[in-house]
Amino acid sequence: MSDKSHDPNQMTGAAMIVRALIDHGVTDIFGYPGGAVLPIYDEIFQQSEVQHILVRHEQGAGHAAEGYARSTGKPGVALVTSGPGATNMVTPLTDALMDSIPLVCISGQVPTHLIGNDAFQECDTVGITRPCTKHNWLVRDVNDLAKVLHEAFYVATTGRPGPVLVDVPKDVQFATGTYHPPRKSDVHRSYAPRVKGDATQIRKAVALLANAKRPVIYSGGGVINSGPEATRLLRELVEVTGFPITSTLMGLGAYPASGKSWLGMLGMHGTYEANMTMHDCDVMLCVGARFDDRITGRVDAFSPGSKKIHIDIDPSSINKNIRVDVPIIGDCGNILGDILQVFKAEAKKPDVKAWWQQIAQWRARNSLYFRKSNDVILPQHAIQSLFEATRGKDTYITTEVGQHQMWAAQFFGFEEPHRWMTSGGLGTMGYGLPAAVGVQVAHPDSLVIDIAGDASVQMTMQEMSTAVQYELPIKIFILNNQYMGMVRQWQQLLHGNRLSHSYSEALPDFVKLAEAYGGVGFQVHKPGDLDGAIQEMISVKRPVLFDCRVAALENCFPMIPSGKAHNEMLLPEQANDEATAKAFAGGKALV
Amino acid sequence: MNQPASAYFIEERHDPNETHTLSVLVQNEPGVLARVIGLFSGRGYNIESLTVSETESQKHLSRITIVTTGTPMVIEQIKHQLDRMIPVYRVVDMTLTKRSIERELAMVKVRGQGEHRVEALRLADAFRARVIDATTESFVFEITGNTDKINQFIDLMRPLGLVEVSRTGVAAIGRGPEGM
Repeated sequence: MSDKSHDPNQMTGAAMIVRALIDHGVTDIFGYPGGAVLPIYDEIFQQSEVQHILVRHEQGAGHAAEGYARSTGKPGVALVTSGPGATNMVTPLTDALMDSIPLVCISGQVPTHLIGNDAFQECDTVGITRPCTKHNWLVRDVNDLAKVLHEAFYVATTGRPGPVLVDVPKDVQFATGTYHPPRKSDVHRSYAPRVKGDATQIRKAVALLANAKRPVIYSGGGVINSGPEATRLLRELVEVTGFPITSTLMGLGAYPASGKSWLGMLGMHGTYEANMTMHDCDVMLCVGARFDDRITGRVDAFSPGSKKIHIDIDPSSINKNIRVDVPIIGDCGNILGDILQVFKAEAKKPDVKAWWQQIAQWRARNSLYFRKSNDVILPQHAIQSLFEATRGKDTYITTEVGQHQMWAAQFFGFEEPHRWMTSGGLGTMGYGLPAAVGVQVAHPDSLVIDIAGDASVQMTMQEMSTAVQYELPIKIFILNNQYMGMVRQWQQLLHGNRLSHSYSEALPDFVKLAEAYGGVGFQVHKPGDLDGAIQEMISVKRPVLFDCRVAALENCFPMIPSGKAHNEMLLPEQANDEATAKAFAGGKALV
Repeated sequence: MNQPASAYFIEERHDPNETHTLSVLVQNEPGVLARVIGLFSGRGYNIESLTVSETESQKHLSRITIVTTGTPMVIEQIKHQLDRMIPVYRVVDMTLTKRSIERELAMVKVRGQGEHRVEALRLADAFRARVIDATTESFVFEITGNTDKINQFIDLMRPLGLVEVSRTGVAAIGRGPEGM
């Protein structure tokens, strides 16, 4: 075509961005306009295929995109302006990097001739976000833009998923160039994540599994990231082998909490049976988890007698914290399929009856025990009530970070993957409310609940306004103990109960706050009123702030004091003052 | 043992440190060196020497040679962390291949007169260093060799009026007909 003006692939950079979003199947993006992205917003205005959700702070856009991604398995997309818009994205990008969440962030940048000039709202966005993205790009030529956008989506969603950022100067958004649809050559030749597991390693793994006397399967977020097939295969493997299974915080839901082989979550606030099983096992199969310090406790006392098999798509996760015997690099779904095939063909179901009897004894310790009260709502009780009230409903749970998050992980049973959105690696207070916004956008008819704390929720409270604007009936269920509960717990256990700045002396009236935003507020003090109020909250089809006043000084148990081993857990019934002081005495020096 | 309260178990690792030379083949694009260096500083790895230059301009390939120290577990981590970067093609541990040649170039400026000047020239000759600049009171020597040889030469020049040294850092390549 000689006349370029009639070539449909000739368009401005801004138009290319919207076109690329459409080509990658993006239907919803989260963003906030500003000077350096105005051309893109102008394009968004003139089309209807991509819905834009206007947040109230760029951090909210990032977490909403994360919630969207985690609940759908599709990449989340955020659009922010240069300078402060980009720097406000640093927390969600880091959060997504730690938890392997596919996120595509498009940021505006000052025009190329002003880069390096300390221009208005300029910052070195690619420099700042380099360590908190899987990869990032600054696009200086409009003719590179299509290739970079396609590569960005590819990198974010393949291999170990993660956040990417594309920084687009304003003059590149205005400039006209040639667009092309996604094609293979858009991607760096150097980027080729391994998906297929090594056959020899798989045989070694099966040999270990087949001869195990005291096995355990320890699964993580990688299984969920791999997709529904990995979840199905994990469940089948548990069924075929009869092995016990535990999961990390990120892995909850891959195996159903009601399943008979389920031990509960493991780690610092995991169940006694899960941690003891990990400690005493002879064969450990780690699938898509990374031996994080919150999981292992004391590294040199971590599961000392076991042979360890580690399936991970990221070679750098292997032998990072814990030396393993049989590493298998590749996609969990692929490898679980191969393991199952070899196992079914060549191995008999191992006899693990004696092991299960031992586990039953640990389970009988009832490590999640708490004493209910008629006068005051125990936070654990509140989560249980919420769980009971939502059973059988199409429910998605997000959380903030702290005690409420651990109680939610302990007491809310997840039957399916993608139902549980929490900030695991980074531990971002303020994650849950905007994440709930993102989840509700993706699932408009589902029940979306942010289990929150009174401190965390105030960090991103402004997104209530977004929820009201887009009629997203998210439920913010605040376990209000008027403290930063986990900080207070650590101060009590480790710092002589000197509660330095962990008490919120001036909490807002959450009911009035909800009403001020145009939502609905509830406040409950009495255990007897809880169930009714929860039912009412669920029936309301508007954004809700639910102020659940709970026992102020309740601690989260069981707990592995940091620096201790899995078999040195502190159980709730032991957690009187003396035992607590003793358990943390050594830790005080170390922890 | 009165360590501060911390969330992490503070552990002394007793594995001895090793020095390894890594060759890293990367796409030569803006920011690629910053990514590599940022990885080392961000994760607390050591860089003893870093050499980088484009080696195949048509393919836009650069070769980075890094000399680093750490426990075997850390060295393994460094390699994996480098390898998973998007613009990185290959990471080869030249130390593990045991079949690599390492060279460094240094320019050494020495100032002196009389006997010192003669001695410097004599030693330079013994080390096969070339004189690439001379005045009546100074020399600049160019010397090529492995790191030890260069260190030794510099030590010898010190009492003879060493002024300054500029070194390229280590470049490494495998022996035999195969490429990396």
